[in-house]
Amino acid sequence: MGPVIKIKDLRAYFKTPKGLAKAVDGVSFEIPKGGTFALVGESGCGKSVTALSIIQLVPEPAGYIAGGEIVLNGRDIVPLDEREKRGIRGNKISMIFQEPMTSLNPVFTIGDQLMETIVLHQAKRKGAARKAAIEMLAKVHLPEPERLFDEYPHRLSGGQRQRVMIAMALACKPDLLIADEPTTALDVTIQEEILRLIKEMKESTGTAVLLITHNMALVYRNADMVGVMYAGKLVEAAPTQELFRNPMHPYTIKLLRSIPGQEKRGKALDTIPGAVPSAVSYPAGCHFSGRCPREMEGCASIEPPLVERAEGHSVACHLHDPGFMNKPHSKPLRQEPDALPPLAVPPSERETILEVRGLKTWYPIRKGVLKRTVGHVKAVDGIDLSIKKGSTLALVGESGCGKTTAGKSIIQLIKPTNGEVLYKGADIATLGERRLKPFRSALQIIFQDPYSSLNPRLTVRETIEEGLRAVKPGMGKEERAEKVRSVLERVGLGPEAMSRYPHEFSGGQRQRIGIARALAVDPEFIVCDEAVSALDVSVQAQILNLLKSIQRDFGLSFLFITHDLGVVEYIADEVAVMHDGRIVERGTTADIFSAPKHDYTKKLLSAVPKIDSRLADLWHLPGLGAVK
Amino acid sequence: MLSYIIRRILYAVPIIIGVNVLTALLFFYVNTPDDMARQVLGEKNVTPAAIENWKRDHGYDLPAFVNTEEPGIKKVTETVFFQKSVPLLWFDFGRSDRNNIDIGQEIRTRMWASLAISVPTFIAAVSVNLFFAMMLAYYRATYIDIWGVVLAVILMSISSLFYIIGGQFILGKLLKLFPISGYDAGLHSIKFLVLPIIIGIIAAIGGGVRFYRTVFLEEINKDYVRTARAKGLTEGRVLFKHALKNAMIPVLTNVVVSIPFLFTGSLILETFFAIPGLGSFTINAIHSQDFAIVRSMVYLGSILYIIGLIMTDISYTLVDPRVRFE
Repeated sequence: MGPVIKIKDLRAYFKTPKGLAKAVDGVSFEIPKGGTFALVGESGCGKSVTALSIIQLVPEPAGYIAGGEIVLNGRDIVPLDEREKRGIRGNKISMIFQEPMTSLNPVFTIGDQLMETIVLHQAKRKGAARKAAIEMLAKVHLPEPERLFDEYPHRLSGGQRQRVMIAMALACKPDLLIADEPTTALDVTIQEEILRLIKEMKESTGTAVLLITHNMALVYRNADMVGVMYAGKLVEAAPTQELFRNPMHPYTIKLLRSIPGQEKRGKALDTIPGAVPSAVSYPAGCHFSGRCPREMEGCASIEPPLVERAEGHSVACHLHDPGFMNKPHSKPLRQEPDALPPLAVPPSERETILEVRGLKTWYPIRKGVLKRTVGHVKAVDGIDLSIKKGSTLALVGESGCGKTTAGKSIIQLIKPTNGEVLYKGADIATLGERRLKPFRSALQIIFQDPYSSLNPRLTVRETIEEGLRAVKPGMGKEERAEKVRSVLERVGLGPEAMSRYPHEFSGGQRQRIGIARALAVDPEFIVCDEAVSALDVSVQAQILNLLKSIQRDFGLSFLFITHDLGVVEYIADEVAVMHDGRIVERGTTADIFSAPKHDYTKKLLSAVPKIDSRLADLWHLPGLGAVK
Repeated sequence: MLSYIIRRILYAVPIIIGVNVLTALLFFYVNTPDDMARQVLGEKNVTPAAIENWKRDHGYDLPAFVNTEEPGIKKVTETVFFQKSVPLLWFDFGRSDRNNIDIGQEIRTRMWASLAISVPTFIAAVSVNLFFAMMLAYYRATYIDIWGVVLAVILMSISSLFYIIGGQFILGKLLKLFPISGYDAGLHSIKFLVLPIIIGIIAAIGGGVRFYRTVFLEEINKDYVRTARAKGLTEGRVLFKHALKNAMIPVLTNVVVSIPFLFTGSLILETFFAIPGLGSFTINAIHSQDFAIVRSMVYLGSILYIIGLIMTDISYTLVDPRVRFE
């Protein structure tokens, strides 16, 4: 039996003012019936454009399919006319997206939107379509499908909406389901349910799945085959187990080694220097040249083809090409050491720097003509925490559990309703703004979104100086400039960054600016509110390494608010698990992860997809002499 | 929902009282009855006695807001504000300063002429604008779209006076398709109404098309539109079913708020085409410095605006299921 879908040398280009952006630049793979192929890679590598190309929805007129074949059940669908393509979309190939909150039309009922697909492709009458739609809602395990049929999307949670999307996508029993980051916007427990549902639906309908994600652990758990994309190209493709046991491409290896996890504690995470090249100016040869730890003289000019080097395992790298390695252009340009430097952290001191007792932050709910307070949203409902000097406490929980409100309440960005926050023994929760001022510089915060948390109209220097002016009014102009220069240097940015604006920096660099801003006022305690959640894994690794090293150098204490348990295992000394405004479990990281006691902690931990930690020992950069 | 409407109406009460006081300040304090009398009587034959006579005849001889000479409650009631402005709260507009006509009665008869021209203009203009805006959105980033926008900008840059005079000259005078101006009662009015309606539509088309096009383009880039396309729907269906209903939400704010103003008609169109509606009524009152009428119309305009805003908020609930007032 042939593959359901076969992609051959697919190219999708975009016309941009800067030139032709080769978003997808020659990608080939195939998926058998009932198989799951995962396409992984960091943002901007062309995964989503590949998906849109397959379903023939590359945004026109800027984007177009520049070449290649997409063979669905033996027929190339690229040359078909628009009417025929419409007959395939939603019928033979369907797609679910990353953002379930916005992917459904807010002004039509769930039933309307579901029936639309069924009526369109199956020529059913309304009554029959309604029946089929309700059946689909039941199949994706939504409660009360009859009632949900008449509901509008906003009444459903994110997970429920993604179920509706899946019902819609599978209503016509497609040959291929494209799932583009289907769980990225969802909580980890919901993520697990959605992935299980996709698997179950795949088994019952035999549809092939193209899973697009940036999450390696999710791939490890859910895919049969993996393709790693980098800068518009597939650099490696292999059966899942094989890829994780024997990654061949230096990019894949670097990527795997940059994922934070328990086995990497005490060591630095691997990072990739530089940034992904712009799609308008790829190197003529290997797209990874310039960043590769094993680059050879010919790499930048000679393009490596994707060739099968082990059974079912293809890689596009000259290191694995004996023919190339025998030629003079295999002379090494760069030879990074394989071992990663240890990141020595001094043992945490025993002194408690901050203690939270019975902290409550409630918001009133007002109703009726006179807007009387009828109840409270108990965002934070009596939590106790304590953080030792120089250590990291992770506050984990799912969205809406109150962890961000807790973090802001602790450093008094939000006034808590009740409770004590003892910083070095002084209760700061009761202080007014003026008496609080001396504490402001000691207590800092780094936010999640590096794009919107910096004022776009201020230069980096102005942003950092603003905080200095507020908390250290006595500082002279020269001294201030010197301080800005030194903190920027500390976070790995040159002095030329001072006069630039936030939009000139990448996400990772912006997060460095955010860290520099916090560091400038000599803090002792920093709340990192999802500070690495929006970053790609290789960039996240750089920021985590940076946070670890400044913690060591300045003896900082971190409250690390996150939903990413891999990060917690890597960085935290202690963990507090938050659920519905309360702390359900507290303990050292090792205790919580090895022997969780509370049911919610157990549920949370078991939902997180993890790569077998023993595999990490197998991820080594190939030595130049090792390949024959 | 009901409690929301009640609350909105209750909120409107202090606003209406405030508008009433502000209007009174404007008409009795900034522009005192003495000034009014002087303007009405003319600069030449004005004597202090004539001003006093005029004020007495028209009921402006009382103090503006507080009457210190009267006892008790009359301190307040025996004032120009109480006699002339407070009755506006129950829509008692009083009599005009010039020819002593009943303003309320006049409004009730003239509003029909205004409605006869403003309602068809409004409905046709909104439909035409939506149609062209959707067409440009459908052909977005093609030459049709680009030239459509250029044309829209040209149309909105030209003064409506030009359309009126040009329309009267070409369609009325040269081609003799319609009478240049005038009005008749009942069905005979139709031939007089066609030309102002056409011109009303043309004058609104540039700005309207451009605004609605922007609204549509914003919707077209939303995630749910991508979902609709991924279902295999035609571009037309994506646009006319999925995007249109969402685009109606911002369009409504723009449109519903102006519905109450259909009663007051158009100042310029009615004047140029000699339509005896409320627009020309206001213009004539301004010309003849009949402040009683102008004050009534200013106050009425404010009330209609408040009604428009409440209607807009309520109409949201009809198109957007996410908005339920609780």
